[in-house]
Amino acid sequence: MTTDGRPNPYECGPVQGNHTAPPPDYSGMDRRGALRVGVTTAMAVGSVALGFALRDRGSHKNTRALPTIKDHRADKPAGATDMAIVRGSDPATNVRKAIEALGGMGRFVRHGERVVVKPNIGWNRLPEQAANTNPDVVAEVVRLVVAAGAGKVWMTDASVNTPEQCFARSGIEKAAKAAGATVVRPDASAFREVNVSGKLLRTGDVLFPFIEADRVINIPIVKQHGLSLASMALKNWYGVLGGQRVKLHQNIHLSIIDLAAMVKPTLTILDATRILLANGPTGGSLADVKQLDTVAAGTDEVALDAFGATLLGLNPNDVGFIVEGMKAGLGTPQWHNLKTVELGG
Amino acid sequence: MFRWLRRAYQIVFLGFFLFLLLVTTAGLIRGYDVQWLLEFDPLVAVTTALASHTLYGALLWSLVLIVPTLILGRFFCSWMCPMGVLHHALGFLARKRRPPDRARQNAPRPSHKIKYLVLAVMLGLAAAGSTQIGLLDPIASTWRGLATSVMPALGNLAFGMYQGERHFQWGTLITLVFFGALALNFVYPRFYCRVLCPLGALLGLLSRFSLFRITRRQEICKGCKFCGADCQGAADPQGTVRATECMVCLNCIEGCPRGGLSYRFLPPLRFSTTKIDLVRRKWLGAGVAGVVAVPLMRASDGVEPRPNPARIRPPGSLEEDGFLGKCLKCGACMKVCPTGGLQPALNEAGLEGFWSPILIPRIGYCEASCTLCGQVCPTGAIEKLTVAQKVGEMPARPPVRIGSAFFDKGRCLPWGYQTECIVCEEVCPTSPKAIYFKMETVTARDSAQKTLKMPFVDLDYCTGCGICETRCPIVDRAGIRVSAANESRTPRSSISLTGGKI
Repeated sequence: MTTDGRPNPYECGPVQGNHTAPPPDYSGMDRRGALRVGVTTAMAVGSVALGFALRDRGSHKNTRALPTIKDHRADKPAGATDMAIVRGSDPATNVRKAIEALGGMGRFVRHGERVVVKPNIGWNRLPEQAANTNPDVVAEVVRLVVAAGAGKVWMTDASVNTPEQCFARSGIEKAAKAAGATVVRPDASAFREVNVSGKLLRTGDVLFPFIEADRVINIPIVKQHGLSLASMALKNWYGVLGGQRVKLHQNIHLSIIDLAAMVKPTLTILDATRILLANGPTGGSLADVKQLDTVAAGTDEVALDAFGATLLGLNPNDVGFIVEGMKAGLGTPQWHNLKTVELGG
Repeated sequence: MFRWLRRAYQIVFLGFFLFLLLVTTAGLIRGYDVQWLLEFDPLVAVTTALASHTLYGALLWSLVLIVPTLILGRFFCSWMCPMGVLHHALGFLARKRRPPDRARQNAPRPSHKIKYLVLAVMLGLAAAGSTQIGLLDPIASTWRGLATSVMPALGNLAFGMYQGERHFQWGTLITLVFFGALALNFVYPRFYCRVLCPLGALLGLLSRFSLFRITRRQEICKGCKFCGADCQGAADPQGTVRATECMVCLNCIEGCPRGGLSYRFLPPLRFSTTKIDLVRRKWLGAGVAGVVAVPLMRASDGVEPRPNPARIRPPGSLEEDGFLGKCLKCGACMKVCPTGGLQPALNEAGLEGFWSPILIPRIGYCEASCTLCGQVCPTGAIEKLTVAQKVGEMPARPPVRIGSAFFDKGRCLPWGYQTECIVCEEVCPTSPKAIYFKMETVTARDSAQKTLKMPFVDLDYCTGCGICETRCPIVDRAGIRVSAANESRTPRSSISLTGGKI
């Protein structure tokens, strides 16, 4: 009160209304408060931990271990034949005789083993155009592998043209399926990255059967090729790769050797039933095709390619990848010096 | 009961549509007529016939739809249309809860007349030679939306196991339009069908003559409006039924608690109306707008006389005028193309050719022995070819050319960088190869002499298939590229005298 009896506006009167509420308690925490502190702390710690866990440690991508394709070669029995060349009108019979001459499929495939056969199915062409391996040859190889007791037979290739059309029009898919193979189309999901560890190629995306199989059988066709002069056994390994394989042409001979050194097949069957003499490796015109009714089989890809080169009228010493293959120790072009059997024709 | 019968039909036709869509791929296609539902579409028949003055044989199927529509009304929309099913289902999800509110959603609106104007514009465009109906036609739109947007997205998620990876240039636009049309159901059910659909408009016009119609017995009706609660066409069953809007969904019959509605043969005319309420001036105005738009569009820089080098049409395509008169832009050829190279055009073929098919060789080439695009084309814009016709036999029978290849010597490895390559020659499918090489000795940077294979193109053999551009190792813009020049569908495109025609 002021002296004149009027209320002093600055003076606090008695508290109105809410005076019964207890004063807030700042001394401790109730249960809900504790929970909130806990949650907030967890979120703070969690976000810091997550941030550190996701932290980009710089790109050292190649530190992770990539699979390597194993050496698929079989032990050679003493005195076994290295190479067989068979001539005859029926391609399947030629294959059978050639394998028999090498000692039977049992020499290469044991019971329960998983096998991948790799014909050339690069192009959307018919069998008579000789741009892909002969379907009867592929089917006979599959049958022999199945008869040898293989647990699984994959048949695959990375086509250059649209895969489903190549697989269908080459006649190979149908023939291989009927003979008992599992056909693997080169979809994006079928490739795995592997170490190539070659002179040019470090890594590459490879069709998965080549990583998983116990045995690999190469079934190339003999064709002329614009850049490498010929496409036969060694060149056929381009077909295990996906990705930007067109870059390989900048040094085609060494790339071929890098890939051939990576795969090392158990057995190679060279299809020269029909060969393509010009406009290879795609062909198209029947005028460029020559019927030879020949199948060669063996374990030395360089020797088989040297033999194939002679069919195309080439001197093996002029073919870069044959020379490089010999230098790299993949085999010998002197197929006459190997233990070779020639049958028929 | 009727409702379940209708749903069964809807599901069967949608399933059928999806089946035909699924098998439209190189690995699955057989001899099926995969465009069967589109061939039923009278609007496609009418517009392509107007524009090209011929009726493509398969489109005679549309008579099978015209005749029952004249008798039964616009049943197609609620019983057969694949887009109608999708809109029906979404409209069902988006509908209001209380029947009176739904009846209000389904009330006739002036905006429902727009589709007739759309139809008139489309017919005007067609009369002047430009078929644009595929942009809005429900079957063509559904085809395009699923083939170039939904299926590629699903297929790519499934690691390309269905038909390989697919990418369509600016497919996002197609996605937005397709899903945008579906989303309009959240404005009110069947917005697209009621306001925009030109096929609905055409069938609505035919329904003016329909012999069977919905009628309401006024002496029973208490005005509850339950009949309008799920009316698909906003045909006003609670008032005077609009024969042009009624989609014969039969929901009104099932909705009436007193059994007051029926679908009857030749009911008295006063129970329904065929009025569209558009004065002749508006019809004419819209039609004339369509007719006038064509010369206006062609006066722009799109098509002639400066053809875009990227306008590489599928093999067997008609000359550009005829092509634009027939192509629906439905995307069937793009779906079936085994390499995925056929793409919806943006500006490559002018505004008129928006979303029409062009080959983008960097994405995929034209497979030499493949004629699938002509096989699936519903209107004959791409003619059916045999492999022998397409490949030809030089020099007697030249091949079907879609363009020709040109080297960009600054980007080509042998020409620009003295590096071996010849991938283009390797993959060239013609016989003899259109790409050949000559040995040339060049001087490298270190002054060493180097002999290289230098590639050249022989125009007599090049078909423009584009595999050289697809496979060229220069990853973004290839060192050899295909342009539409020298395509064989018109002598005007010829660049060499060998064709004999000037």
